Amino acid sequence: MKISIFQIISVSAALLLTACSSTEEKNSSLLSGPQGQPVDSASTNSYQNGQGVTGTEFNQAGRDLMPAELGAEFTDPNNPLSKQTIYFMYDSSLVQQDFIPVIAAHAQYLVANPGRRLVLEGHADERGSPEYNIALGEQRAKAVARMMKVQGVAEAQLDVVSYGEEKPGVEGHNEAAWQMNRRVELIYQGQ
Amino acid sequence: MTRLLFSLILFSGLVWSYPGKAEISIEITKGVEIAIPLAVVPFGWEQPHQLTVDVADVIQADLSRSGFFKVLPERDMLTQPSATEQVRFRNWQALGQDYLVIGKVTPAMNKYQVQFQLFDVYKGEQLMGYRMDVTQSELRSAAHHISDMVLEKLTGKKGVFNSRIAYVTTHKQRTGKRRYQLKVADADGFQPKTIAESSEPIMSPGWSPDGKQLVYVSFERRRAAIYLQTLASGKREKLTGYKGINGAPAFSPDGKKLALTLSRDGSPDIYVLDLRTRKLQRITRNYAIDTEPSWSPDGNHIIFTSDRGGKPQIYSIPSTGGRATRLTFSGDYNAGAHYSKDGSQVVMVHANRGDYRIALMDVKTGAINVLTGGRLDESPSFAPNDTMILFAARQGGRSVLSAVSVDGSMQQHLVFDQGEIREPAWAPAL
Repeated sequence: MKISIFQIISVSAALLLTACSSTEEKNSSLLSGPQGQPVDSASTNSYQNGQGVTGTEFNQAGRDLMPAELGAEFTDPNNPLSKQTIYFMYDSSLVQQDFIPVIAAHAQYLVANPGRRLVLEGHADERGSPEYNIALGEQRAKAVARMMKVQGVAEAQLDVVSYGEEKPGVEGHNEAAWQMNRRVELIYQGQ
Repeated sequence: MTRLLFSLILFSGLVWSYPGKAEISIEITKGVEIAIPLAVVPFGWEQPHQLTVDVADVIQADLSRSGFFKVLPERDMLTQPSATEQVRFRNWQALGQDYLVIGKVTPAMNKYQVQFQLFDVYKGEQLMGYRMDVTQSELRSAAHHISDMVLEKLTGKKGVFNSRIAYVTTHKQRTGKRRYQLKVADADGFQPKTIAESSEPIMSPGWSPDGKQLVYVSFERRRAAIYLQTLASGKREKLTGYKGINGAPAFSPDGKKLALTLSRDGSPDIYVLDLRTRKLQRITRNYAIDTEPSWSPDGNHIIFTSDRGGKPQIYSIPSTGGRATRLTFSGDYNAGAHYSKDGSQVVMVHANRGDYRIALMDVKTGAINVLTGGRLDESPSFAPNDTMILFAARQGGRSVLSAVSVDGSMQQHLVFDQGEIREPAWAPAL
């Protein structure tokens, strides 16, 4: 029953050479060279590629304008234009009554300023599936865009992008935070 | 009582004793009672300098994480043999151990030779013995490989300790801006490497069937676009950048096609992109949300999330298009579904009254079994051997990756010391 260490090693060495030859490829790929390396070199490479992989700050639509840059009406708390976030109910893209005047005010502004462009950023709370939340965020942004178009805003002035749950406006994992994160942000673009 | 709760066994102490790599610790929060008692003796190493990896420690962690073994703590060992002639089987019998793993590491040229043996303690017999030559950076991999071999020998199940996972991390920088990183790590969370990063969101990593490429969504140009990146070279290619959503990319089982979500024609719909011809075929046409496509293992069907019935539920449609049929009927919310590799189960996020949990649906009967008890569990991904499901969860204030066995009996967390960790995707076994 007892096997000496030398026998064991010679047996196991033989196993590695023969019986294991079918799994040899697998073993060697797991234990040497190409297996461990790829991730390594990808990381190095992605760092070298800098611009390509680490894309940042680039803004196709232009520069985000702060309320103060847009005019006094955007900073006056009594003016509906000062509100640039539309909030939504859970799993819903239905615009709530309270926000209809806000959307109307922005629509009027855009009609009066046909050179202005607006990005509607759709967002969702963190609950549930990330890609479903992307779709939900887009539906919210599109619901707002649709109302604006009905009020005469040109298609070319509006741009919709959904970030789903990826960019919460408020940190936190309770209803108070989620309420603030189910939103469409109206972001005016400048050159 | 069929379940034994190991109350937060922290391995973090062990984790931190090794230099550099550790940003993760493993906690087993729920273990099984009927586990095989097994001892893994610290591997012999007779050199003055310390080895960078404690091979036995990695094997112990792997085997206890599998849920099949109850691993003997090192402090309970009476002796620490590293060669056959040093083994006194009676000692291990007295400790109630069924199996014993011993081994040693010896320097060999510029490499290391790792040798291990597995014994049946009661028969006093060797069941397996191997030697392998590895470089220093492959020591962890060698240890995982030993775990795989031991698991397969004793349970007949293919091990997945040597596989990898991809996931996305987010952390806030001092400037207040977020940084999004796509990472690939060993299945135990060690040796993480950043393969792409951006100050805009990165989402939905998915593996090619050969494990050599990843598809993902990046908002780096403040527009969603789907990228295909080859791990070995770090090179990548933009596959789609249509107006609106470019999301939820999923390789077909043969690796020739990609299912994805686009909203270029209005509402989000499922499309299939032929990676060779670059032809795009629209699969669903619906005013509602259709997203999160995932292929059946035979490639004939695509399951997806749709709210066409009012709430998100899982539907199935032939992968060449056709009529969609609804698969899920229980729960307020079912989304993010994936087939098991054998096609018998579908895993999904399942919500009832505001708690989002991971559930398995039996494909034949349609019965749903909720596996987890969290409030914000999401993004489930099957292990390549179908025995476990990896998902993102929240534990107190912490963001964790969790793994649960398919019967729900065993659960563990990979805990990250900072930032958010999300959207894990388990790589295919190679």
